[in-house]
Amino acid sequence: MSELTLTVMRLGFLAVLWLFVIVAVQVIRSDLFGTRVTQRAARRNDARPPRQQQPQQAPQQQSGRRNRGGRGAPTKLVVSEGSLTGTTVALQGQTISLGRAHDSTIVLDDDYASSRHARIYPDRDGQWIVEDLGSTNGTYLDRTRLTTPTPIPPGAPIRIGKTVIELRK
Amino acid sequence: MSSNLNVNTGSNTTVSPGGLPSRRNTELAMLIFAVLIPVFAYANVGLAKEGELPAGMLGYGLGLGLLAGVGHLVVRRWAPYADPLMLPIATLLNGLGLVLIWRLDQEPSITTPELGGAMAPGQLMWSTLGVALFLGVLIFLKDHRVLQRFTYISMVVALVLLILPIFFPARNGARIWITLPGIGSLQPGEFAKIIIAIFFAGYLMVKRDALALASRRFMGLYLPRGRDLGPILAIWGLSLMILVFETDLGTSLLFFGLFVIMLYVATERTSWVVFGLLLSSAGAVAVASTTSHVEDRVNNWLDPLAHASNDGVTETAQAMFSFGSGGMLGSGLGQGLSRLIGGIAPKSDYILATVGEELGLAGLMAILVLYGLLVERGMRTALAARDPFGKLLAVGLSGAFALQVFVVAGGVTGLIPLTGMTMPFLAQGGSSVIANWALIAILLRISDTARRPAPAPAPSPDAEMTQVVRP
Repeated sequence: MSELTLTVMRLGFLAVLWLFVIVAVQVIRSDLFGTRVTQRAARRNDARPPRQQQPQQAPQQQSGRRNRGGRGAPTKLVVSEGSLTGTTVALQGQTISLGRAHDSTIVLDDDYASSRHARIYPDRDGQWIVEDLGSTNGTYLDRTRLTTPTPIPPGAPIRIGKTVIELRK
Repeated sequence: MSSNLNVNTGSNTTVSPGGLPSRRNTELAMLIFAVLIPVFAYANVGLAKEGELPAGMLGYGLGLGLLAGVGHLVVRRWAPYADPLMLPIATLLNGLGLVLIWRLDQEPSITTPELGGAMAPGQLMWSTLGVALFLGVLIFLKDHRVLQRFTYISMVVALVLLILPIFFPARNGARIWITLPGIGSLQPGEFAKIIIAIFFAGYLMVKRDALALASRRFMGLYLPRGRDLGPILAIWGLSLMILVFETDLGTSLLFFGLFVIMLYVATERTSWVVFGLLLSSAGAVAVASTTSHVEDRVNNWLDPLAHASNDGVTETAQAMFSFGSGGMLGSGLGQGLSRLIGGIAPKSDYILATVGEELGLAGLMAILVLYGLLVERGMRTALAARDPFGKLLAVGLSGAFALQVFVVAGGVTGLIPLTGMTMPFLAQGGSSVIANWALIAILLRISDTARRPAPAPAPSPDAEMTQVVRP
C-alpha cells in the first residue's frame, strides 16, 4: 500500500470517528436543551413585534375584551417563589394543572399543596382563569382565598403553600 | 397557537405526552453508521498490515451488522421509546474493540500460546453472548422496578460475587477471577457492579431521608450524625477488604466510588462526597503502604522510568511512550508499535495505549467522548425517570460505567496507579463485555419507561395538552 493511501485512510478514519461523535451530539441536542429554549425562541419571534406596540394599546385592552392570544395576554407562567423557583411554562392555550400528583403540569414539591391543588386554564375569550380544585390549604390570589374560578389580573401572584406563581407577558 | 404547540412538542424530549417521537429511525441510522466505522477500521488494518483487504472483512461486517440489527429490532419491539444513542455507541465501541484486538492478534510477538493466542475470535463469541444477554434483559425485564424487590437479595449476591475470588488463586497479582473447570474463568466483579447498583438504589431510596435530613451544619457542610455513618463505613470497610485480600485497587475504587456517587445523588449533601474522598484516600494510602502488590503499582505510577523486572522500564512507561509516539493524529491503524508493550495485557488493560498510538490524541479523545456521551445518556435517563428507584439505578449504572472508564483510562495514561480493570466494550475480556451489555440493556429499559409518553391520566377535557415540567 502506498504511503499516500494509508495517510488518507488514517485521516479519513479520524474524520469519520469525529463525524459520528458530532452526529451523536446533534441527536442529543434537543434532549440537552429540552423544551424551554426552543419554545422561548419560537415565542420571541412572534412576541416581539407586539411588545413594541403595547404602550399605545394598553389602555384599550384593559377595558376591552381580550382576544384569544391577544396582545396583552400573558405568554408564560413563572414560579417566583418556592422550591420550583425559576420554572417557566409557556402558555399556549393548554390547561395547567398544579399539585403534588406526578402527572400535574407543574409538580409541586410543597408540603402545603394537595395532590390536585388547582388548575389554570384559558376561558373562551383567552382570559386565564385560576380555579381551586378543593385543596386542603387553599389557593390564594393576592391575599384572597379562592372560592370560585377567578380571572387572573396581570402580575397578580397566585400562592399555593410556599409556592408563588405569576403569569407574565 | 395550536400549530405552534405541535412544532414545539416535536423537539420536546423531556417528558411530554403526545407527539414524542420514539426516535427508533434515528437509532437505526446511527447504528448503520456505527457498524460501518469498525468495518472501515478493519479494512484499514488489513491494508496497512498485508497490503490487501482482509479476508474476513465481509464476514466480520455482516456479523457485527447482524448483532446490531437484531439488537435494534428487539429494542424497536420491546423498548420503543428507549434512548436512541446508547445502542449505537455501545455497538461502535464493541466493534472497534474487536478490530483492535484482531489488529493486535496480527503481532506474532504478543500472540504467543503463553499469552492466550489469538483473542479476537473468543472476544467475538463473548460479544455475541453479551448481545444475547442484552436481548434477554430487554425482553424479560418488563419494568425495572421489579428489581427493587431484590434489594437485599442483590446485596447478598453481590457480596458473594465479591468475596468468591478470594478462594481462587491470584492471577497476575490480583485475585479477581474465579475459575470454573471446563468452562473457563470469569471476573465476578464486573457483574457485581450491576447487582450492587441495584442494592444501593433500593437501599438509598428507602433510607435517603434519614441520611439527608438528620445532620448538623458545620463550616458550610452538613455533617451526618454518627449513627448514620454506619452504611458508608461498612461499604468503606468492604472495599478496603477487597483491596487487601484481592489486591485489586480498581474494584475497590469502583465500589466505594459508586456508593459515594449514589449517596450524594440520593441525599444532595456535599458532605458525603468530602467524607468519601477522605475515607478512600486514607484507606488507599494505608493499604498501599502495607500490601506489596498495590505498593508496586503505586511505585510504577510514581516512577515509571524505574527499572522493572523485564528488560528496561515499566509497562506504565511503555504505555506513555506509545501515547507519545502517536502524537496528535496517530500512526494509523495497524502501523503502531504497541507490540512493544511488554507484559501480559496489551489487549486488555493497555488497549487504550494502542488507540492512543494508532489514532493519536484525536482518536483517543473521540473514544473518550463516546464514553462520555454514553454516560451522559445514562444520566439523562436518570433525570427523565419518574420513580426514585429508577433514577438512582440509572445514576448508579452510569456512574459505575464512568468510574470504570476513569479508573482504566486514568491508569493507562498515568493519572492514577494502574489497576486490572478493562475498558468497557473496547478491551479484551469476556465478563466485561457481557456485563456491560447487560448494563446498557437495563439503562435502555429505564429510559424506555422514562421517555414513554404518560398514558392519559383521566378523562379530563384538556389532558392531551398537558406538559409535565420537572424541576
